Amino acid sequence: MIQLFLRDVGLSVRSGGGFGLALIFFLIVVTLIPFALGPDQAALAVIAPGVLWLGALLACLLSLDRIFGLDYEDGTLDLLATSPLPPEAVYIAKAAAHWLTTGLPLSLAAPVLGVLLNLNFETGKILCLSLLLGTPALSLIGAFGASLTLGVKRGGLLLSLLVLPLYVPSLIFGAQAVRLAGQGLAYDVALVLLSAISLGAAAILPFASGAALRINLR
Amino acid sequence: MNNRPIAPRFWDRFWRLANPKVFMGWSGRLLPWIATAAALSLCSGLIWGYFLTPDDMRQGSTVKIIYLHVPAALMAINGYLLMSVGALVWLIRRQHVSVLAAKAAAPVGMVMTLIALATGAIWGQPMWGTYWVWDPRLTSFLILFLFYVGYIALWAAIEDEDTAADLTSVLAIVGAVFAMLSRYAVLFWNQGLHQGTTVTVADGAKQENISNVFFQPLLLSMAGFGLLFLTLLLVGTRTEVRSRRLKVLQARERME
Repeated sequence: MIQLFLRDVGLSVRSGGGFGLALIFFLIVVTLIPFALGPDQAALAVIAPGVLWLGALLACLLSLDRIFGLDYEDGTLDLLATSPLPPEAVYIAKAAAHWLTTGLPLSLAAPVLGVLLNLNFETGKILCLSLLLGTPALSLIGAFGASLTLGVKRGGLLLSLLVLPLYVPSLIFGAQAVRLAGQGLAYDVALVLLSAISLGAAAILPFASGAALRINLR
Repeated sequence: MNNRPIAPRFWDRFWRLANPKVFMGWSGRLLPWIATAAALSLCSGLIWGYFLTPDDMRQGSTVKIIYLHVPAALMAINGYLLMSVGALVWLIRRQHVSVLAAKAAAPVGMVMTLIALATGAIWGQPMWGTYWVWDPRLTSFLILFLFYVGYIALWAAIEDEDTAADLTSVLAIVGAVFAMLSRYAVLFWNQGLHQGTTVTVADGAKQENISNVFFQPLLLSMAGFGLLFLTLLLVGTRTEVRSRRLKVLQARERME
């Protein structure tokens, strides 16, 4: 399982992997927003938490079909299915690798990009924290969606359609926490609920996703 | 003498109803009755509601959209509930009829969600001054709609029927959990314009709830929508069963 995790991380960090893609996409979104909405500093500061969360979410979405897609095509997944490793463990390793290569860098990059949107440093710290707590849920849910659409040819659109409604609670609590922090209000409830979603997803989804993988690989 | 307790025998009989052949038998016999009851209660409920009730003091005649809006919203939620129960039964007991019923419930539930959203928007324009607000209830219905669309799309995307049944069932159950989560998450996110529950069947038409004049026809049209849902569900499930049989026959023909 750890081998699989390291292999996935290695594959995505090397050229052609999804590692840079999510970060570049995030950067592009944040750069384009002021062009679309005007350079007014005060207005940018108001929308910054939402935009940064949304950008991170979409960047995360971009790399989802890579989680299982390539391994399904070249037969690696079939080999894994015959190995003693249960599909649940495969899912956890894959989701963890996805988080380490997208969720973590996105969380760390977000406060830096927040400077572009006139987000102050204190709020930036909360943004980073909320993304660190929230992106595991995004990776877990995304990997679940990817395991559902495994056998579907060109399932990218379907994958986004399935996954987006599942992302709603995380997005609400995450963006809310940063917004409250920006206004100087108490944000801890939102952060606690956000972590609750991540933990809940980690508790439930391995079984759902393991079932989906078994169904797809039989 | 049969020493088995009564309860298991009841459940044996109960599950036997889900045998495709048995199901086609009883649903075929029941269908005309349910359809007639649905038509009767829908017609009388809607006519009573639209023509025989007074206008509301403040809302004028717009209040009458409630006879479409509330029952449709009720069935939209119950439709999803039914879908996830059907999915669960399929995963546990491999009853084909139950997953086909879940499949048939999805489009009906989706249309009910659309009706609730559309009538709500039409009512919202004169009352709230806007077609759409990001209100918790409205938002959770929009999310519910997306769940329905995703479920139907996944069914359509997978060729092998049993695989599709399995995967959509997993999705429906995970979706049910997340739909509940979204329901409460949006409450946290925005305090809304939508009124709280004023239609409770248990103690309907008490002090603060809606008055009897409006409540009785509403109850009737709620029953009508429920029966309509059941009718469409049975028709849909029967169609699915028949199309499965057809596929088997075609496959058999190709073999020969």
